[in-house]
Amino acid sequence: MTSATDIPSPDALPPGGSLRRTPLHALHRELGARLVPFAGYEMPVHYPAGILAEHRQTRIAAGLFDVSHMGQVRLSGPDVVRALERLVPGDIAALAPGRMRYTQFTNAKGGILDDLMVTMGEDHLFLVVNAACKEQDLARLEAGLRDCRIEPLETRALLALQGPAALSVLSRLAPAAARLGFMSGASMNVAGAPAFVTRSGYTGEDGFEISVADAAAEAVARRLLAEPEVAPIGLGARDSLRLEAGLCLYGHDIDEQTTPIEAGLAWSISKRRRAEGGFPGADILRHQLETGVSRRRVGIRLDGRLPAREHCAIAGVNGEGLGEVTSGGFSPGLGTAIAMGYVAAAASAAGTELRLAVRDKALPARVVALPFVPHRYATA
Amino acid sequence: MSETRYTEDHEWIRIEGDLGTIGITDYAQNQLGDVVFVELPEVGRTFAKGDEAAVVESVKAASEIFAPVAGEVVAVNQALVENPALANQDAQGEGWFLRLRIGNAAELGALMDEGAYKAFVEGLA
Repeated sequence: MTSATDIPSPDALPPGGSLRRTPLHALHRELGARLVPFAGYEMPVHYPAGILAEHRQTRIAAGLFDVSHMGQVRLSGPDVVRALERLVPGDIAALAPGRMRYTQFTNAKGGILDDLMVTMGEDHLFLVVNAACKEQDLARLEAGLRDCRIEPLETRALLALQGPAALSVLSRLAPAAARLGFMSGASMNVAGAPAFVTRSGYTGEDGFEISVADAAAEAVARRLLAEPEVAPIGLGARDSLRLEAGLCLYGHDIDEQTTPIEAGLAWSISKRRRAEGGFPGADILRHQLETGVSRRRVGIRLDGRLPAREHCAIAGVNGEGLGEVTSGGFSPGLGTAIAMGYVAAAASAAGTELRLAVRDKALPARVVALPFVPHRYATA
Repeated sequence: MSETRYTEDHEWIRIEGDLGTIGITDYAQNQLGDVVFVELPEVGRTFAKGDEAAVVESVKAASEIFAPVAGEVVAVNQALVENPALANQDAQGEGWFLRLRIGNAAELGALMDEGAYKAFVEGLA
């Protein structure tokens, strides 16, 4: 038996470099995690329960994820909002204090250099960027925000508590969490530790991301895991959860060759930013918004259980080439294989019949609306 | 009387007369994680030793199962197709993949016995 693919990216291991560890590394070991290289870190891909059980746990109760490998950055300075807007198409100026927003770093062609979350603090911006991109993102910020203070928060861990029970669980340890609306954040104590908490996540469920000092991370994680609704969840289920939720994974569903418009992320660019531009690739994105794009990211549901993974060719019913899968796997929620990928715009309407090439087979599939599994974010 | 032999690719073959039943080891299913799909060959197909005989897809990866010895497929485990989780729950029992009529019994000699396989797996840790 030999394995053709695995969840961690092939570029996960830095050449000749040693793997970094998060402050929860010892706890992962103790919990029996299978640790794998991911974006230069040794991370849990799953615990003894396994990916399917961890996925279901997060959908029915709550899961605790260590996402400390992600980059946390604090930006401050008199003109920091306008300065950041020169690098991203998101409407940062429109953010009220405590509110957060999803956006992307773009290049001159409108391609996506990374995607990120931006939260407006009282006197600063708080960014969360992808682990694999954080060095380049910092260099980009340093080059683009010359008069701002850029502080990589290298001694802070990030924990995600996700699932329908997340609110009741976190409210016990941090009553102020119950007052957070979806896509907002605030400083508060969590089990006695000073933390910055946002109501956000990457699973399609209600949930929170908790930024705490490295030194407090294990105690906070243990306290959360002691709650009856909570179990530890690895990167494997994080991937299947976000895929069901139709959320993009950087380096797979979006990259420098794809624009936010092709990726179906135009919702993240406000009317003002479309009109004013002033970010890399603005003219190209405006042109794409006005005249349309030649290919689009779509959701694809397969009839069977056999997963069609990244790079599988997508064809029409007559075999005509339409594009390629960028993420694919088995959906525990639907009981079939699902995928996302780019197809020619003419084939991007929901209901379009497709064939996905897996080994010697052409698997029947069709375009479906995203998300595959309805989001259950807090609406308050 | 049956005897079970193992490959370095983590397949097992249980030998009963001239028939060999093949599956993946408990170590393999643990490495793969939750199995969600298996693809089994048609009865009547013949394989040389080392040919790709079946495919197993887990939530993590696609993997090939190789024929430990040459032979002709005489049966496949339809229950495994319908419930791929059997490969996790009972890898070396109910989770079997296929049964071969062994073509060349001499090839069995190159496979590991249980003790040798155990030592092999321990060496991988």
